[in-house]
Amino acid sequence: MKKKLWIWLSLSLVIPGLMIVTSCAKKTVKADLDLAQTQEDEAAKLAAEKAKLAAEKAKQEEIARQRALDEKRRKEEAAMRKITAARNLFMNENIYFDFDRSDLKPEAQEVLKRKAEWLRKNHSESVIIEGHCDERGTNEYNLALGDRRAQSARNFLNDLGIKESRLTTISYGEERPADPRQNETAWSKNRRGHFVLE
Amino acid sequence: MLNKSVFKIIFICLIATVFFLTESAHCRTEYDYIDINNPFIRKIPIAVPVFKPISGSGGEKFLSQEASNLLSKSLEFTGYFKIIDRDAYLVDPEKSDIIVSNINFKNWTGIGAELLITGSLFLKDNIIEMELRLYDTFKGLLIVGKRYKGVVNNQRKMIHRFCGEVIYKLAGSKGIFGSKIAFVSKNSGNKNIYLCEFDGHNPEQLTYNKSIALSPAWSSDAKWIAYTSYSKGKPDLYIKHLKDKHGAIVAKKGINITPAWVPGKFSLAATLSFSGDSEIYLLTGTGKIIKKLTNNWGIDVSPTFSPDGDKMAFVSNRSGSPQIYIMDLDSGQVKRLTFQGRYNTCPNWSPNGDKIAYSGMGNGQINIYTINVEGESPALQLTHDSGNNESPTWSPDGSLIAFSSTREGPCRIYVMTAYGTDQRCLLALPGEQTDPQWSPRVIDN
Repeated sequence: MKKKLWIWLSLSLVIPGLMIVTSCAKKTVKADLDLAQTQEDEAAKLAAEKAKLAAEKAKQEEIARQRALDEKRRKEEAAMRKITAARNLFMNENIYFDFDRSDLKPEAQEVLKRKAEWLRKNHSESVIIEGHCDERGTNEYNLALGDRRAQSARNFLNDLGIKESRLTTISYGEERPADPRQNETAWSKNRRGHFVLE
Repeated sequence: MLNKSVFKIIFICLIATVFFLTESAHCRTEYDYIDINNPFIRKIPIAVPVFKPISGSGGEKFLSQEASNLLSKSLEFTGYFKIIDRDAYLVDPEKSDIIVSNINFKNWTGIGAELLITGSLFLKDNIIEMELRLYDTFKGLLIVGKRYKGVVNNQRKMIHRFCGEVIYKLAGSKGIFGSKIAFVSKNSGNKNIYLCEFDGHNPEQLTYNKSIALSPAWSSDAKWIAYTSYSKGKPDLYIKHLKDKHGAIVAKKGINITPAWVPGKFSLAATLSFSGDSEIYLLTGTGKIIKKLTNNWGIDVSPTFSPDGDKMAFVSNRSGSPQIYIMDLDSGQVKRLTFQGRYNTCPNWSPNGDKIAYSGMGNGQINIYTINVEGESPALQLTHDSGNNESPTWSPDGSLIAFSSTREGPCRIYVMTAYGTDQRCLLALPGEQTDPQWSPRVIDN
């Protein structure tokens, strides 16, 4: 009984085995073709994968590049802002004088030192120094006083190494007050040297 | 063309027909009615009745009224006279006569009039003829009589000529009539030079720049004006012929300011700072430097010449604060004139040569002073507690001083006698007016 079982079992293995062998003989070419196809597909797939990776990499690189550019631009903008701020500060920061005086007070000298530094860094820039007075005193004398104030600032900058050719003076006397009111606060604001970049 | 030549003929007529009306043998030429040393202490009462219309037409009546009112006003302007109110008259001037033989002077002395001016006016075809006479009522004397003929539009000129004759007879000087005043007017942010007649009439704009013009100065023939203008962006000096408009520009580096003409010459002084320091230079009328007059580190500005041209007063801060100095132009010697106060500027030398008017600052206020050029007596303060008073300028006869003042808020031009009396506003234009500069008398036509 047991022997019979083994026979059946072997047969069941051998017959399909034979069947496979006979059928194989017929199908070999087709299998080869399939294999080539698969290999091709495989390669394409690989290439695609590779391309995808490359694209991804490129994208990442592009993003990084953009980031760097942005960063650079931001830095440049910041630098530009800084330059503009420095330039504006140069033009907006006045020096102030006492009544009927044209000598430079210590604060004024500090301001002028900063201006000289800026002018040294920006050697293509030329500056017009305006001398102004408060409304007290008389028109004609104030024109001369405004001139003297502008000259004081010019001489100081000149002493700090700024070429005379870059420094022009103009006196407005009491003609262009910064603050038209008539009180000491306004007057002290009006007794000024103002700096304009050409 | 035809009109122009007709006008010329008429104008020549106006000059040619002016002659003395010598109706009276009592006519005298020398009087001392006005004390030159103190002329404004007592004003001379004068009556100026409405002129007599010869034909009695409506036009004549209107012009008579206008002319006699202008005569009153113009005489009053000099500060020498008190015009007697016409309501106080004892006689109806239309019924009273205008020539000496027929005037009852008691009618005029009775109301306190020491002087009387009578006039007649005849109008035909837009041409007026006026006879004007000045009488001493107490002595019953004709002092001066004149006849004028010209187109109606010249009436103002005719009246002012007669005023000039009156002042000449009474004070011995040619007066202010016919002179002009240059000044600066600020309108919509710009300052331009203007001219007006001595009494503020007929203001006319001389410069039209959208910038700042300052410090007009007359040449002594009154044909040229020099001034500072920013029209090219900085304070340059412009020298301009008034009629032809040609001239020169001094546009050196720095300031080119405060011109003053040398009396009788085509030459002027001005402050230039091209050397880096403001100094006063002598220039030709064409703007070329003749020589440097001051030589001192610091401010030297605002020159003004003595009438003989031998000396120049100016402002300098060489002592630490602005003061007035006098330079002898021959020797170059400089002497300080002002010692009162710490801020004395704007000197203007009187045409008589004995005084200098200036602006002095004290207690935060700027006032007008006069000081004897020898400096031996203290300065005389002419304005008091009335805003800031700047830029005094003498009338050509030395009797009046024009100046700018903020007494009524905006800065305007005022006039007063040389002793500070009779202060009044000369003219009020929109904006602010500053820097008055009285012309020499010469201006004619």
